[in-house]
Amino acid sequence: MSTEALRIVWIYPDLLSTYGDRGNMLILARRAADRGIPAETYEVRSDQRMPNGADIYLIGGGEDGPQALAAQRLLADGGLHQAVSQGAAVLSICAGYQLLGHSFFAKGAKCAGLGLLDISSDRGETRAVGELRGEVDPRLGLPALTGFENHGGRTHLGAHAAPLARVTAGIGNDGQTEGAWAGKILGTYSHGPALARNPAIADLLLRWATGADRLAPLDDTWADRLRSERLAAASPA
Amino acid sequence: MPLIAKVATSVSKTAAALSRAAGRGDGSVIGGWIGLKIDPDLLTHLAAGRAVALVSGTNGKTTTTRLTAAAVGVLGRVATNSFGANMPTGHTSALAKEGHTPFAVLEVDEHYLAQVIDQTRPKVVALLNLSRDQLDRAKEVAMMAELWKKALADHPEIRVVANSDDPMVVWAASGSQQITWFSAGQRWLDDSFVCPQSGHPIERQQGDWWCTGCPLRRPRPQWVVEDEGVIDPRGDWHLVKLQLPGRVNIGNAATALAVAAEFGVRPIEALPRLSRVASIAGRYAQVDRDGRNIRLLLAKNPASWLEAFDMADQAPTLLSINARDPDGLDTSWLYDVDFSPLRDRPVLITGDRAYDLAVRLQVNQVQFKHVQTFDEALRSVPPGRLEVIANYTAFQDIRAELDRVN
Repeated sequence: MSTEALRIVWIYPDLLSTYGDRGNMLILARRAADRGIPAETYEVRSDQRMPNGADIYLIGGGEDGPQALAAQRLLADGGLHQAVSQGAAVLSICAGYQLLGHSFFAKGAKCAGLGLLDISSDRGETRAVGELRGEVDPRLGLPALTGFENHGGRTHLGAHAAPLARVTAGIGNDGQTEGAWAGKILGTYSHGPALARNPAIADLLLRWATGADRLAPLDDTWADRLRSERLAAASPA
Repeated sequence: MPLIAKVATSVSKTAAALSRAAGRGDGSVIGGWIGLKIDPDLLTHLAAGRAVALVSGTNGKTTTTRLTAAAVGVLGRVATNSFGANMPTGHTSALAKEGHTPFAVLEVDEHYLAQVIDQTRPKVVALLNLSRDQLDRAKEVAMMAELWKKALADHPEIRVVANSDDPMVVWAASGSQQITWFSAGQRWLDDSFVCPQSGHPIERQQGDWWCTGCPLRRPRPQWVVEDEGVIDPRGDWHLVKLQLPGRVNIGNAATALAVAAEFGVRPIEALPRLSRVASIAGRYAQVDRDGRNIRLLLAKNPASWLEAFDMADQAPTLLSINARDPDGLDTSWLYDVDFSPLRDRPVLITGDRAYDLAVRLQVNQVQFKHVQTFDEALRSVPPGRLEVIANYTAFQDIRAELDRVN
């Protein structure tokens, strides 16, 4: 692990922060600090250049207009593409997840995405709102996913992206799979502060970013209680 | 009033009274619901002949409505929905119950503003603020501002009293012909970083703000909160003495004075009445029990939690969070609230979603104790002040524990 501080970038909080998206940055920084890993957080607004040298990039949910604008600006900027090619980890949520793909729909129009994940999104007939639960891809070695979803999109995965989870309650991508991952890029419809209910995903990002095989355990008593409660609440009737 | 409306009014009043007598509630919804079933135009008939003020926004509606009703009361009897039933059923109940009053001051849910404007033909509409609130069932902020803008554009005769500090409100009001601007300060900024007109960033400096890409900017307010008082359009400063805590309530009082002024009430007449308002449907109420002085603060969304922390004394504090239908089912918003102001005081947590709160507080390094019941909370703190901050249904639960304190 390098002795330099871990650098965590929150992408465009002015455009993509609707559902407590700040939480993911706070949780990553807290879990790093609790282990004595120095971490610095940066909030990069849409009128600023995207730094390409950070370790973890977070991109959150948002409304249609800001989502389309964010995609345009990130494409024009190129910083996130460079960071990914240099091995940075990315956590993308909801609208942020969609815009990492090849295309998505916003305000009725098809928009070009960043093409960093082999996915494309369109509109479902119904809006998916409610508790979401899934069994995470075993290759990631993580416990069940729990979250709250609130989106109108449906996402289709290409050959170069794997589902993050198999849905056991809720909709996710299409009622069968939820989210996607490839390399060190994760995407999920579990919106807002997804890491609050899934601290193991936070630790996966921290391991990717530090290169550490394992991290010191933390007291997750409260997070475990929250997870048990929400997983039970999402049980199929 | 047509016969059908008279019948509907009478039935509505009876139903509300029966509901109250049966202990089913305060009757502020059921009466209006039945009345509107009999005569769908009942609200229009009941509003006719009264000078009406509507108060809408994400936060501060109930308090501002109460203060405005108190101020307009200088002139005569005022019908008002003082218990927070802020949809057309509640408006209908309130007007039916009070009989013929010259004035009405009605709190309106932001989603219903257009409809209630059409039905009540108000003299004044007060626009307080717009911020994120219960996003799993409510509209996004920019969409709400657009709805307001359209609703007002159809009614150039209405006098708008609007908050110059909130870019969303300024944009919503900008098509109106007659606007009085007030400045009550705005602590919550996260929903107005981007201009609703042009999509460009909004810059802020020392209370002023402007869009970097279009002409939208903060209008010069005629009513301004300064220190513990309010400057009126003539430049006179009035001390505002309230029993309600917090700077936000000075702002609400300033708004009430601005609205009442449109009816011809002078601040000097209204202020003594404002100072007599002690609590509003349980909000800010203080109850003594088992040697503890319990104060109830309602906080429903990120903006109102910021204000609640500003109001709360440095005393033991109970936080209660639910996520039932009226609260919104999603607790993500907890991460839009900075809980670090609570680090230096004993904190207790409870409610259906206490675990969400527990994880959130840990992220902010706030120590806390989880309690199962309100009684357990009381036993856990020493005699003296206990501040209670709760979201909507959690607040109602605790209010019920305290015998529906008003």
